[in-house]
Amino acid sequence: MKENDIRFIKLLIFVNGLVPLASLVWDQSHKQLGANPQNFLILTTGMMTLIFLVLTMAVTPLRKITGWNWLIQLRRMLGLYAFFYGCLHFLCFFSLDRGFSISSTLTEMVKRKYLIIGSIALLVMIPLAITSTNAMIKRMGGKRWRALHRLAYVAAIAGVIHYYMQVKADVRQPLVFAAVLAVLLGYRLVVYLRQAKPAKAATPAAKQ
Amino acid sequence: MKEPDKISDNEVTPPAVYFNRRNFIRTGILAASAVATGMAYRKLNPVAKGEVKTAKLEGVISAPTATNAATGFRVDEPETSFEDITHYNNFYEFSTDKEGVAPAAVGFDTKGWQVSVDGLVNKPKVFGLDDLLKISPPEERIYRMRCVEGWSMVIPWAGFSLSKLFDVVEPTSAAKYVAFETLLDPKRMPGQRSDVLNWPYVEGLRMDEAMHPLAILASGIYGNALPPQDGAPIRLVTPWKYGFKGIKSIVKIKLVADQPRTSWSEYAPNEYGFYANVNPQVDHPRWSQATEQRIGASGRRPTLMFNGYEEQVGHLYTGMDLRKNF
Repeated sequence: MKENDIRFIKLLIFVNGLVPLASLVWDQSHKQLGANPQNFLILTTGMMTLIFLVLTMAVTPLRKITGWNWLIQLRRMLGLYAFFYGCLHFLCFFSLDRGFSISSTLTEMVKRKYLIIGSIALLVMIPLAITSTNAMIKRMGGKRWRALHRLAYVAAIAGVIHYYMQVKADVRQPLVFAAVLAVLLGYRLVVYLRQAKPAKAATPAAKQ
Repeated sequence: MKEPDKISDNEVTPPAVYFNRRNFIRTGILAASAVATGMAYRKLNPVAKGEVKTAKLEGVISAPTATNAATGFRVDEPETSFEDITHYNNFYEFSTDKEGVAPAAVGFDTKGWQVSVDGLVNKPKVFGLDDLLKISPPEERIYRMRCVEGWSMVIPWAGFSLSKLFDVVEPTSAAKYVAFETLLDPKRMPGQRSDVLNWPYVEGLRMDEAMHPLAILASGIYGNALPPQDGAPIRLVTPWKYGFKGIKSIVKIKLVADQPRTSWSEYAPNEYGFYANVNPQVDHPRWSQATEQRIGASGRRPTLMFNGYEEQVGHLYTGMDLRKNF
């Protein structure tokens, strides 16, 4: 795929990633976020975080299955969008739910398991966002960088659990996220096990 | 017919046009994809709200004014808009999505509705809806409504005290509890086709709670008949308890000797109790109950003990450990 085409696809993702935010801002300014706009903003930004986390994690399996290596060039933007919406999600909670009160945010966090788990998901994304530049990849070296960025799995798993834990009874939506995530992680596990076997038989260094 | 390999020079697209065309197509793809994403978002937040129209309730009287403050019949806080009361509902019989209940409940047919009242009573009876509503004129009661999820409304109901129904059917001295049941009809209530809860929805009150004048059978809001999404044609309202106690679309009321089973406490006994009194000091295991989001207002406000009806109902629970009997 040509450089030019990649740039266009990146533009596509960039624009479409902003559409939900623009829609939220539009709806908010037109007072059409429903009866509980605070809740809708928190829920939707959280949902977008999960969607982008799942998309980020889908890149590698898709690339390996289709052989479209250019897909890897889209991963950074998807991951950064997940982080972006995660930050918005927290800001909405901090402002609309906790009224900008640090103490009430902290006490609430300590008390509620789902908030602790959600915080873990967001916190582990911080080093990933910071080290997402080409320069950082070079500085860290591919191997260490890849190891660090496995934290994305932690973020995704914690994110889905965080969602699941606060649903009152109808857990179908969080379960859909969990199922998709299970497939994406399961794929990696299968690949890992397949590679591990011959590697053990031959030399341990052959493992990639 | 032209031979395919003989394309004359003037048929080849000049590079300038070709690139323009490509840019044109790309702009189109970009715009189309953004519209598609926008439409997916719109599905999540459908703005077009169907109009809710129900018949005007005849003969609604205002609750006795002299005793308003003392009785808690009319709370002096801004009322939640009709729009919000009718488009933000927890009514799993139609949808688990609070904003999806209203569209799913459109056309819900309540013709020929009957409510059977039996069990430990001297005069059991199957009421047609009209007979039931004739028991007492509907009074306007402006109550706070606190959902267990942490949001609240102020709703102008129309209804009469449940105790007036008991004057008619005469519970025996053996009656200690009241058990309520919602209609079971997956054809009319599509949410019942999934087994989120164990249908039909059931609720219950202790006899002294049921006899309290604040507990009403409501048939209207804002002076009009209840829309389906709010529990048409008749529902229970107990303003000092979490909203889920207010069972909707009631078809059965039974006076019983033992504490009846209730849907939410059966679903998650550690999270929802039989009493379900609004209590800012007893948190839900997963979230705080100390504050609430008043629909239509910004910022959270502190939740009041018994939802602000402590003066009226506090005595019902003296000596009870409200942490255990949540």
